[in-house]
Amino acid sequence: MSEIRVEKLRHVYSAGTPFEKVAIEDVSLTIPQGQLVGIIGHTGSGKSTFIQHLNALLQPTEGKVFCGGEDVNASKFTRRDVKWKVGIVFQYPEYQLFEETVYRDIAFGPKNMKLSEQEIDERVREAAHFAGVDEELFERSPLELSGGQKRRIAVAGVIALRPGVLILDEPTAGLDPAGCRRILDNICEYHRQSGSTVIIVSHNMDDTARIAERIIAFDHGRVAMDGTPEQIFSEPEKLEAMGLDVPKSTSLAMALKAEGLPLEGSIYTHAQLLDAILRVKEAAPC
Amino acid sequence: MSIISFRQVHYTYPGDELESLCGVDLEIEEGEFVAVLGHNGSGKSTLAKHMNAILVPDSGTVLIEGIDSRDEDKTFEIRRRVGMVFQNPDNQIVANVVEDDVAFAPENLGVPSEEIRARVDAALKQVGMYEYRTHAPHLLSGGQKQRVAIAGVIAMQPKIIVLDEPTAMLDPQGREEVLSTVTRLCREKGMTVVFITHHMDECVGADKLVIMSNGYIKAVGTPAEIFADVEMMAREGLSVPETTKLLYELRNLGYELPLDALDEQSCAAAIANAMKKQTRS
Amino acid sequence: MLKDVTLGQYFPGNTIVHRLDPRSKLILVVLYIAGLFQASGWISYAAVTAVTALCMILSHIKPKNIFKGLKPMLFIIVLTALLNMFYTSGREIIPGWHMTWEGLARSVQMILRIVLLITGTFLLTYTTSPIALTDGLEMLLGPLKKIKVPVHEMTIMMSMALRFIPTLIEETDKIMSAQKARGADFETGRLTERARALLPILVPLFVSAFRRADELAVAMESRCYHGGEGRTRMKVLRFAARDWIALALGALFLAGMIVMKRYGI
Repeated sequence: MSEIRVEKLRHVYSAGTPFEKVAIEDVSLTIPQGQLVGIIGHTGSGKSTFIQHLNALLQPTEGKVFCGGEDVNASKFTRRDVKWKVGIVFQYPEYQLFEETVYRDIAFGPKNMKLSEQEIDERVREAAHFAGVDEELFERSPLELSGGQKRRIAVAGVIALRPGVLILDEPTAGLDPAGCRRILDNICEYHRQSGSTVIIVSHNMDDTARIAERIIAFDHGRVAMDGTPEQIFSEPEKLEAMGLDVPKSTSLAMALKAEGLPLEGSIYTHAQLLDAILRVKEAAPC
Repeated sequence: MSIISFRQVHYTYPGDELESLCGVDLEIEEGEFVAVLGHNGSGKSTLAKHMNAILVPDSGTVLIEGIDSRDEDKTFEIRRRVGMVFQNPDNQIVANVVEDDVAFAPENLGVPSEEIRARVDAALKQVGMYEYRTHAPHLLSGGQKQRVAIAGVIAMQPKIIVLDEPTAMLDPQGREEVLSTVTRLCREKGMTVVFITHHMDECVGADKLVIMSNGYIKAVGTPAEIFADVEMMAREGLSVPETTKLLYELRNLGYELPLDALDEQSCAAAIANAMKKQTRS
Repeated sequence: MLKDVTLGQYFPGNTIVHRLDPRSKLILVVLYIAGLFQASGWISYAAVTAVTALCMILSHIKPKNIFKGLKPMLFIIVLTALLNMFYTSGREIIPGWHMTWEGLARSVQMILRIVLLITGTFLLTYTTSPIALTDGLEMLLGPLKKIKVPVHEMTIMMSMALRFIPTLIEETDKIMSAQKARGADFETGRLTERARALLPILVPLFVSAFRRADELAVAMESRCYHGGEGRTRMKVLRFAARDWIALALGALFLAGMIVMKRYGI
């Protein structure tokens, strides 16, 4: 299993130089197998540094990272091994495509795992299916496709590793609303079918509120909030103090309450807002 | 006379089969804040590139203050009047120092040294980046880089500033910085602003909203008018603000609600009002 | 991380050497090199060394920094020294070995010459920002425009390259992380394997560099760029009294070296 456990993590960039900067300070948390986690925080809050520790791309200055109970930095081999367990899709991943065909680009990861041709083929097709890449595109050059298609190919390239934990850094950045919806739907579907842990780093509160089971907010390199969406969005003042927005439904609900409408329950998605308003109507004496 | 006017503009990229602009007619008045909304590939960037003669129409005309963009002798006249800011902040900053970058356009125009200095300082102050004038651009945040890019075009003293998806690569804070900077330039300095985006929330404060789709202009109007047509927006694969969406759904459930209450305050007031009326009746 | 590499080798400061006009510094380096090549005897070498040391003191550049820069050249320096030592005829130091006293003297002078040459140019790049350097170069080479040498184009290319080095380094970093996350291995394997492992980095890097170049060209044209003709500058370089004095001293140095060569010292 791929439970992630982080203990007293600290990371300092350029230690010992005048550019020394503490990026992560005293972070301890556990992410059980199968959770869909949203990580929020403004730029420079340490969330990108944090995720790169989970597959040993960065090594902690202090503290430990465990994946499936094993210290990922125990040796050169565990550091390499964890790459297959924890897959990261970086921001603007379309810029990392390099192969001549879509198929070969998705196959790059499995090939590095030294799998058999047959297994590679199986994984490429499965990953393409999950990421919403049409098999008709397999022989095309990734460079001539649209931005949204390239993004999905890059996501497929990481899913093809069959990681127990899939991390996506701003998967919807720069896409139009239709492209955003499509990629998020694919990710949720992947989460449901594969049972993998999925961690999404995002600036978009509405999307995060809608899909995440658990939200972790980073601020100044520390975990400032950690809980269910209900818990997180019931404290909008705290989010605003960190320079973060609340979902639009939440702020609209606050405006409605200010107008004297007795909305009940926590509201952070559009469906909840509509529901709460309709419940007010039913409860009202006619 | 409109400051920008498109008449039956057709354009196809060389090597493409499909037309990117299919007979566009558009008038933009001086001092207006115009937002252009459309999905990827709708032709909105192509539209923008016609506004300063980076592209010229295959047929039809584009007039900038009455100057035809196909007149090659007047290309610089047009570019001096229309400043362009692009999506990727890294790919439009040319110098290693912020103030040198802002000086680039006036230097190209042959403005005397002392005047360039004055223009650069003024431009940097207008976008709130004066304290950063001696910094290296690659160490700035995305929002700061875009503000430097905006300063770089206002140092040309243009009448119009066209921003082609300036917020697409920014975080929420950076988007807010850019939007409030250009809004101020429009409202306080009277500049004409054309703001291209696919974030519908950034269009709410515009004077005029243009919806583009597959090379056509689908709709032009105030944001309140446009967003009220929820079905059209859905057909175009675009979303509407949370406020409009809620009003629309409640209206379908039989409430008497206006669709043009765009900001949260008026939307909440309208809903509260309707609910009270409903309870009373 | 790659980002930590110092680039352009510029050490910001406010010494008299830093404040000199980049054009004077460029001319001074030329005078210095010309003077250095006049050195033939031990006394003249001592003189150049003294002048170099004086410049280092004036510009607050520490010998440590110079040595750091010399490191990559070490192989060439040792090789030339050895060749000179063995291939100069004269009195053998140990009979039967092709190593001569003349050769030894010559290799010491050779080492001195290379080290001083490099130190001189380092002093220029350590005390002058890359932008000032390209500006100075463009103005100095200005007259060549008359004979159709594309001076402006060459210097704008240089400053553009300098502007984009940090951006491209950052991008390389990102692409490397992304490919490592897909299991790419850049550290092990034979030379050919490692060379092939670079493809997943180089291809996206080139694609992105071309895209950037394309977008940059459009952005520059939008800001009315049309080559160097009719262009003015915000920062105009002006010679101060210190520049004239420095240039006079530089000329004096060269004259002194020529005289010393006459007398063979």
